[in-house]
Amino acid sequence: MAEVLVLVDHVDGEVKKVTFELLTAARRIGEPAAVVVGAPGTAAKVRESLAGYGATKVYVAESDDAVGYLVTPKVDALAAIVAQASPAAVLVSSTVDGKEVSGRLAARLGTGLLVDAVDIDAEGTVTQSIFGGGVIVKSKATKGIPVVSVRPGSVEPEQAEGAATEQAVELPATDPAKSAKITAREPLVGGDRPALTEASVVVSGGRGVGSAESFDVVEKLADSLGAAVGASRAAVDSGYYPHQFQVGQTGVTVSPQLYIALGISGAIQHRAGMQTSKTIVAVNKDAEAPIFEIADFGVVGDLFQVAPQLTEEVAKRKG
Amino acid sequence: MPNIVVLVKQVPDTYSERKLAESDHTLDRDSADAVLDEINERAVEEALLLKEAQGGEVTVVSVGPDRATDAIRKALSMGADKAVHVSDEALRGSDVLQTAKVLAAAVGKVEGYDLVIAGNEASDGQAGAVPAILAELLGVPQLTHARKVELDGTTLKVERESEEGITRLEASLPAVVSVGEKINEPRYPSFKGIMAAKKKPVETLTVADLGIDAGEVGLGNAWTSVLEAAPKPPRTAGQRVTDEGDGGSKVAEYLVAQKLI
Ligand SMILES: Cc1cc2nc3c(=O)[nH]c(=O)nc-3n(C[C@H](O)[C@H](O)[C@H](O)COP(=O)(O)OP(=O)(O)OC[C@H]3O[C@@H](n4cnc5c(N)ncnc54)[C@H](O)[C@@H]3O)c2cc1C
Ligand SMILES: Nc1ncnc2c1ncn2[C@@H]1O[C@H](COP(=O)(O)O)[C@@H](O)[C@H]1O
Repeated sequence: MAEVLVLVDHVDGEVKKVTFELLTAARRIGEPAAVVVGAPGTAAKVRESLAGYGATKVYVAESDDAVGYLVTPKVDALAAIVAQASPAAVLVSSTVDGKEVSGRLAARLGTGLLVDAVDIDAEGTVTQSIFGGGVIVKSKATKGIPVVSVRPGSVEPEQAEGAATEQAVELPATDPAKSAKITAREPLVGGDRPALTEASVVVSGGRGVGSAESFDVVEKLADSLGAAVGASRAAVDSGYYPHQFQVGQTGVTVSPQLYIALGISGAIQHRAGMQTSKTIVAVNKDAEAPIFEIADFGVVGDLFQVAPQLTEEVAKRKG
Repeated sequence: MPNIVVLVKQVPDTYSERKLAESDHTLDRDSADAVLDEINERAVEEALLLKEAQGGEVTVVSVGPDRATDAIRKALSMGADKAVHVSDEALRGSDVLQTAKVLAAAVGKVEGYDLVIAGNEASDGQAGAVPAILAELLGVPQLTHARKVELDGTTLKVERESEEGITRLEASLPAVVSVGEKINEPRYPSFKGIMAAKKKPVETLTVADLGIDAGEVGLGNAWTSVLEAAPKPPRTAGQRVTDEGDGGSKVAEYLVAQKLI
C-alpha cells in the first residue's frame, strides 16, 4: 500500500488534535506516514502519540532553520520526501500555515491542490463546503499526487497502532533571499483554553455582550464546558475581544461538536465560519435574529440571564 | 522609493446569493453583485500609505473577466497610479495554481517591482494560498497575514497574525506581503480621485501577451476537477424556547439529551 504523508502540527513538543484527524483520514487511502518538521529533538517528543494514531513511519526533518524561517522549510521537507516515497497523497491541516504550505507544495510538484476539504474518501475524492457552507462540492485531483488541506474538526480521530519507525530527512539549507526569517514568536494567550480550531466546544460572544468586561460571561461558560472562546467581527471591532478569536469568513473557520452563540445575530459572514458545527445553540433577545434559522436549539432571551444559569447547570452536572 | 504592485480581485458580494453554474461548476458570475474584495481595499490602502511615506509607484494587477475593470477603477480612484488587467476567455474556470501562475507572469511585466501586496484570503475561493504560491513562483520571501508592515530601505518587517498568535518576520526586498483585515481602515475614493482614475492607464493583456499557452489555463486544463456540486440543504431551525427564567436550564437539558454534556 502506498504511503500517505501527513504534515504534523505541533507546539512545544505536543501534537495538535488535527494531526490525529489527518492520520485517521490518511488510513482510508493508504499507510499514514507522519512528517515532523521542527527543532532538533522534536520527533523524540511526539513519536509516541503519532504511533497511537496509526503512523507507520515518522519522517524526521529537524534543524534550526526548520523553525527559523516561515513556511518554506515545511515545503522543502515535504518535497524531498515526496521525491523518494511517491506517496498516494499529502495531507496538511487547513490552517493559515497549512494552506500556504499545501499551495506552495502543489505548485512546486506540479500536482493538483485541493483546499479546505471537510471529508476525503479512499479514492482521494474530497468534499468541500464553499461559499460559507452554502454549497457542497466533490472534487478530485486530475494530475499528480494530490495535495489536500483538511479543515480541522471535520474527521473524527480514531486511535490505531502504528510502528512509527523513524526515518531521517535531510533538509536543504534555507535561502534567506527566498524565505522570511522568523525573528520572534508570541503565542496566543488563551490561558488553559483549547485553541479555537482544536476545541470540540466553542462559545462565542457578539455585539450583544456589550463590553470587554462582560465578555467574562462568555469565558465562564466556556470554561465550564472546557471550550474555546470565539467572537463575532462586531465584537472584535468594538474592542471586546482580540481579533485572533474572530470566527467567520475573515476570521477562523470552526467545526466543533457544539457551538454556542451568545448575542450574535448570525450574519452570513459569521455563519460562514461556524455553519459546519455539528450542533448549534443560540441565545439572542431578538426572536427574529437569523442565527435562529440555523440553531438546533435557540433561546430567545437575555444572554446575561441565560448564560450564567447554564454555566451553573453545567458545573452542577460535573459535580 | 518602492515600486509596489497590489493584487486586487473582484468577487461576488457576500451579501448576495453565490452559486456555481450548473453546466460546468464554475462561478456563476451573473448571480451575484460583483465588488472589489474588501480585504483588497486594505491592500491598496497599505500600498498608498507606503507610497505617501516613501514615494514610489503603485501598480494594480488583476486577473479576471472584463467587468473586473470596476474593481480596478476603484483601486485607481483610491490613489493607485496605473493598472495591468489580464482578461482572457481562456482563463475561465482556472484554479488557484493556474491563477497564481498568471499573476506571477503579470507581476513580471511590472519592471523592477520591489513589493507585491495582496489580501490574505479572498472571500469567494478562500484559498488563502495565492500570495504564498506567488512567492514560490517568483522565488522571493513571503511575509503573509500581516497586521503591521514596516519598510526601512530594503528591509521589510511584518507582524504576522494567525491562529497560533503573532510571528515577527523579516526579509529583504523584493518580497510578497499579504495583509489581514485589521491592518488599516481603507480610505474612500474622493470625487477628485474618481475623476483622476478615469485617465489613469490600464494595460489589458491576454495570456498570450504573458507568454503563457492557453492550453495551460482554464477549466479543461486545471489539475483538479469538480465532480459534483449541490446547494447544501439549508440547516433547519430546531427547537426554540423563550426564556422564562429557566432558559439556561433548558439548554442544559437539551445538551444532556444530546449527550453533549
Ligand atoms: C467582507 C466582510 C467580512 C466579514 N467577516 C466577518 C467574520 O469573519 N466574522 C463575523 O462575525 N462577521 C463578519 N462580518 C460582519 C458581519 O456582516 C456582521 O456585521 C457581524 O457578524 C455582526 O456581529 P454580531 O452578530 O455580533 O453583531 P450584531 O449584528 O449587532 O448582533 C448583535 C446581536 O446581539 C443581540 N443582543 C443584544 N443584546 C443582547 C443580550 N443582552 N442578550 C442576548 N442577545 C443580545 C441582538 O439582538 C443582535 O441580534 C463581515 C462582513 C463583511 C462585509
Ligand atoms: N484573480 C486574481 N487577481 C488578482 N489578485 C488575486 C486574484 N486571485 C487572488 N488574488 C490575490 O490573492 C489574495 C488571496 O486570495 P486567495 O489565495 O484566493 O484566497 C487576494 O486577496 C488577492 O489580493
